[in-house]
Amino acid sequence: MVINFPYQGSDFEDCGDFVARYEASFLTQMFHSMLRIRRIEEAIESQYHQDQMKTPIHLVIGQEAASVGACSALKKSDILYCGHRTNGAYLAKGGDLKGMLSEFFCRKNGCVGSRGGSMHLLDKSVGMAGSSAIVAGAVPIATGAALSAQLRGDDYVSTVFLGDAATEEGVVWESLNFAALKKLPIVYFCENNFFSVCTPLEERQPLDTPIYKKAAAFGLHSVQVDGSNVLKVYEAVTSAVARARRGDGPSFIEVPVYRWRGHGGAGDDSASGYRDPAEVADWQKHCPVEGYAGFLQREGLLDSQQRAAMEQQISTEIAEAFQHAEQSENPTEEDLYSHVYCN
Amino acid sequence: MPWSEAFLESQQTHTTTQVVGRELSYTQALNEALSLAMALDPNVFVLGQGVDDPSTMFGVTKGLAEQFGSPRVFETPLSEEGLTGICTGAAMHGLRPVYCHNRPDFLLLAFNQIVNHASKIHYMDNGQNRVPMVIWSAIGRGWGSGAQHSQAIQGLLMSVPGLKIVMPSTPYDAKGLMLSAIADNNPVLIFEHRWLMKQQGVVPEGIYNVPIGKGIYRERGTDLSIIGTSHALALAQQALASLKEQGISADVVDLRTLKPLDHEIILESVKKTGRALIVDTGWAMGGVCAEIGCVIAENCPQILKAPIKRVGLPDLPTPAGHTLEQLYYPSEESMARAILELLNPIGME
Repeated sequence: MVINFPYQGSDFEDCGDFVARYEASFLTQMFHSMLRIRRIEEAIESQYHQDQMKTPIHLVIGQEAASVGACSALKKSDILYCGHRTNGAYLAKGGDLKGMLSEFFCRKNGCVGSRGGSMHLLDKSVGMAGSSAIVAGAVPIATGAALSAQLRGDDYVSTVFLGDAATEEGVVWESLNFAALKKLPIVYFCENNFFSVCTPLEERQPLDTPIYKKAAAFGLHSVQVDGSNVLKVYEAVTSAVARARRGDGPSFIEVPVYRWRGHGGAGDDSASGYRDPAEVADWQKHCPVEGYAGFLQREGLLDSQQRAAMEQQISTEIAEAFQHAEQSENPTEEDLYSHVYCN
Repeated sequence: MPWSEAFLESQQTHTTTQVVGRELSYTQALNEALSLAMALDPNVFVLGQGVDDPSTMFGVTKGLAEQFGSPRVFETPLSEEGLTGICTGAAMHGLRPVYCHNRPDFLLLAFNQIVNHASKIHYMDNGQNRVPMVIWSAIGRGWGSGAQHSQAIQGLLMSVPGLKIVMPSTPYDAKGLMLSAIADNNPVLIFEHRWLMKQQGVVPEGIYNVPIGKGIYRERGTDLSIIGTSHALALAQQALASLKEQGISADVVDLRTLKPLDHEIILESVKKTGRALIVDTGWAMGGVCAEIGCVIAENCPQILKAPIKRVGLPDLPTPAGHTLEQLYYPSEESMARAILELLNPIGME
């Protein structure tokens, strides 16, 4: 049994004081949001083999606390950009589920009209500004959104989700340098899930130099927090957003997380040999969703009845959204040629 | 004065135009366009390495930092990909960047953001976002610019959907096309040519637009159509002038922009003359000349009195040394030879 990347958090053992600081409804709402993402991802996974969703999928199962913790710290007007694994952040930011599933089913009413697919989700009405399927591609674009906020005097903060492998792209460091130089209102949120497709971190980066320390060397306020703990993610991002809004410049947050499924597609692909299935099982013991559920239960904020009601409501919403997508129209040849240029 | 500058001075010409009025240099015309656009729209900003240094991008950005302040006119880190993405994001959120580069060669560092992102965002986002930005650069030639400081890369970008490509050739066009490019809601690449920058020409005051996607006849004639842009067309026009005494006349079609490409003017002219000389400052192979030639071949092959002829650069990197450079680039003489060969093709006399 080889566990290269063990969970190094403390679960929720040191989180008792959170209960006094936040409204109970807010704490349970974050659970609802994580549970909803988990169930949506499971539903997508269970139907993927039917080949009706003709799009690559990059499931966020195991990383829900990062999506929800970060997005809960943002206002609707704050801007969010993502990479290819974008389902969790899109949903956590408030992106429309029907628009997302219609996009997966390649329908005309998909969130980007079936032109972007699963790696290019977008819902401007909630500040979900876009994603790029090129690793690190959205990082400078999000930085530009922050430059615009600064030059135009807009109040929003820009945020971008990137992965550990994105930090191997030069453009990330170009962006960080510029953001630090101009003190831009931006938060770089790095989900380090240790694998780039099947290539582990130790084959790509020297492990004795953590990613967040590299960002600190570029002059950013930089921290690392447990990405499986929604409360710690929330507080780190809240603090970074406040700094940005005050004009104190950019922050970088590294959150170690674990991807339970393969890089793409349905199911865990550990059996292919690039990681030990025991490592996946070990991380599953620190499930961000059930770990937080246990915490809320112990604190008396969630009982089995409430949980069952949430499950029921989520299940109904998912069924309706799938039905909506499946019954929606396909795009036509006319749609193919629109929006090449903007008038 | 370094000999390179002295050489540029010797390239001073006057734009042939019917319009009379105030004359400006090419770079003054561009400078005026930027100044007018920035005064008109507070969302326009100018950036690039050299926009606020003593050289002010050949004078193109002279005085702008003083006039509009450093937040809107600023030097950049040497991060071409990063800054292109930053411009893209800024453009998606209300700004209108004009990102200036000394040479198009440096855009090759930014292809990921230009080709994978800026050009495609409006389409991928189903029309929900737009990227109004200008990427400006000046093609070099001579004085040892060599393989990495003289490339004319418009041919590499012409096949990318969503981009617009502008290649001005007169002070009047440089200003009018810059104003059109800034007002355009798409990513627009402007490729100037260093050897056109000392031109003087009549340039109207105030804001006016030269339409993107529309060519113009610089001359009308009967024997052939010379089609192209920028310095390549200027060279061809000089060659044509040298052949006037032999009674040769030509339509000279300045496309002004390569993308969208003005098929109408190309086909109108070639259908009249039956002969096409296509010229470009870039490589002939697989490039601008090839595309224009194909448009003609696909649309009016039966009209051609002679095979299409193209004059671009040979399939070689640019050599840096003076002697090799002279052999590498088209000249007035080689353009004249191309015209004569087109009029008297081997095997068709």
